[in-house]
Amino acid sequence: MDPITLVVELVIILVFLAGFGLFRSPVTARLGNGVAAAAFAAAFASVLLRHGVTWWGIVGAALAVGAVLGLAVALRVTMLQIPAMVAFQHGAGAVAAFLVSIVELNRAAEDGASIGKWSGLVGLVLGAATFTASMVASGKLAGRIRQTPVVLKAHTPWVVATAAVTGVVLVAAALGAGAWLMPATAVLLTTSMGLGVLVAIRVGGADMPVLISFLNAAAGLAASFCGIISGSRLLIACGATVAASGTILTLVMCKAMNRHFAAILLGAKGSGPVRGAAREESGVPVGTTEPNREVPTVSSDRPASPTSDEAERLQAPSGGGDPLERAVQAARGARRVLVVPGYGMALAQAQFKLVELANLMESRGATVEFAIHPVAGRMPGHMNVLLAEADVSYDKLLEMEQANPLFPQCDLVVVVGACDVVNPAAMEREGTPISGMPVFPVRQARTVVVCNLDGRPGYSGVPNTLYEADNAVLLFGNALESLERIVDGVRNQAGAAEGAQT
Amino acid sequence: MQALLTLLVVFAGALLAGYIIISRVPPLLHTPLMSLTNAVSAVTVLGALLVFEEAPGVVFGLLGAIALATGTFNVVGGFAITERMLKMFKKH
Repeated sequence: MDPITLVVELVIILVFLAGFGLFRSPVTARLGNGVAAAAFAAAFASVLLRHGVTWWGIVGAALAVGAVLGLAVALRVTMLQIPAMVAFQHGAGAVAAFLVSIVELNRAAEDGASIGKWSGLVGLVLGAATFTASMVASGKLAGRIRQTPVVLKAHTPWVVATAAVTGVVLVAAALGAGAWLMPATAVLLTTSMGLGVLVAIRVGGADMPVLISFLNAAAGLAASFCGIISGSRLLIACGATVAASGTILTLVMCKAMNRHFAAILLGAKGSGPVRGAAREESGVPVGTTEPNREVPTVSSDRPASPTSDEAERLQAPSGGGDPLERAVQAARGARRVLVVPGYGMALAQAQFKLVELANLMESRGATVEFAIHPVAGRMPGHMNVLLAEADVSYDKLLEMEQANPLFPQCDLVVVVGACDVVNPAAMEREGTPISGMPVFPVRQARTVVVCNLDGRPGYSGVPNTLYEADNAVLLFGNALESLERIVDGVRNQAGAAEGAQT
Repeated sequence: MQALLTLLVVFAGALLAGYIIISRVPPLLHTPLMSLTNAVSAVTVLGALLVFEEAPGVVFGLLGAIALATGTFNVVGGFAITERMLKMFKKH
């Protein structure tokens, strides 16, 4: 190990970490991404210079294909599709991890039970399991496969059995003779890929932020183990950093849902969504002409949009008066407003209309901010990206701790396509799947306007007791249309009032 | 043995440093953060490159080429999406 290489690698790793450090603020994050990309390019160049490469044509072609496809997809993907895309990329990276592990394992086959062999086998298992789990997650997030948890007969015993077989074969392959290695590799590939599928299919829509964060950590760990067998310090360091990041995000997500990690991945009893009641947050009409088919298939038994009869019935009396009229009056008079958006807002593509309403209220002298629940959306922080795209200034995107003390001062809270995160039952009732989960105390505001698809429970299956509150104004139906009617109402009444004065 | 020790120190050090640094990233930026770490996790392309250090033979050459392509897809796509997202974060 020559000292120059060591220094070069150490510098590259530090530059990587500096890039991550710049993510502390939205002002410097973009620079951080550039710094990390530069560090990556430097790492690539250092490996090329030090080791040299045979088969130049093939290597160049493979790099070109990957880069062109990666760029083409990255430039096309919509912000709603980001979680599906990130999951897919995790899968692609994991393929690289387990293929490299296979090749390196074979090269190290004669070495006996070395550390390299152990880590190669672990890298292979992690990579293969991450690959299939990511593909299932990506398919669910893109609406290509059912988003509800798929629970097989004896699901948990299957998971345990598959994991046990994987473990035993891994140990046998590490300790056994070189001739055993390739057949064992084939078995390991099969069982770990099966394990990935088994774990991922039982995770449902709103639990996706946990799964996707966990896969992030797993991909990093796979890269690290892959680095040990390749003897590359750069791989180990980068992989470990990613594993740390994925672990942090997984913990943040679990805490935000007040659920145990194992309960989500293994569907332990007494926790998790009520089976059969699992569904998306309200806010989108089924049959929306969304080209990427993000519409939850679970609700396909619902009519395209509530008929007028049904809409009237669903708009149950709450404190008397026409709900739309009450919503418009509240929006006209509001001075302090908080908006609580959920994934339903994104599905209904209502964020742009929502921002229009926010700007309208601000032009009338109100202060409008957005309260972002950590698990709103389909991956950590997803809602912030969706609202940033709709041109919301990021200093108006409040974290839970910042937003919670503001609710009692609010004249108006607008809930758009969010259900479980505003359900008072989480605080008031024991023994429900969401009991103890941190939720926004929206009822403390003077008026709460709810623009959800319908009055059915959210993903957790727990009926939302917010809907019974006197200060809740329920505007069920397509969130985009509800918001449009409020915007029109505020504008028209303002116009009428001015007309009357002149 | 000394080589192994170095590898372990690198692993533990990066894990610790990563934990400290990334704990300070605000939830506002968690999606771009995950997209960035996603790109970085495809650092396995460096391992794929090492497959070609000596002539790998047809089978391993093929596996290596696939690994290079999927890894590069992940790296380039990851950095590009992160850039697209961060470009949208503005303060008025």
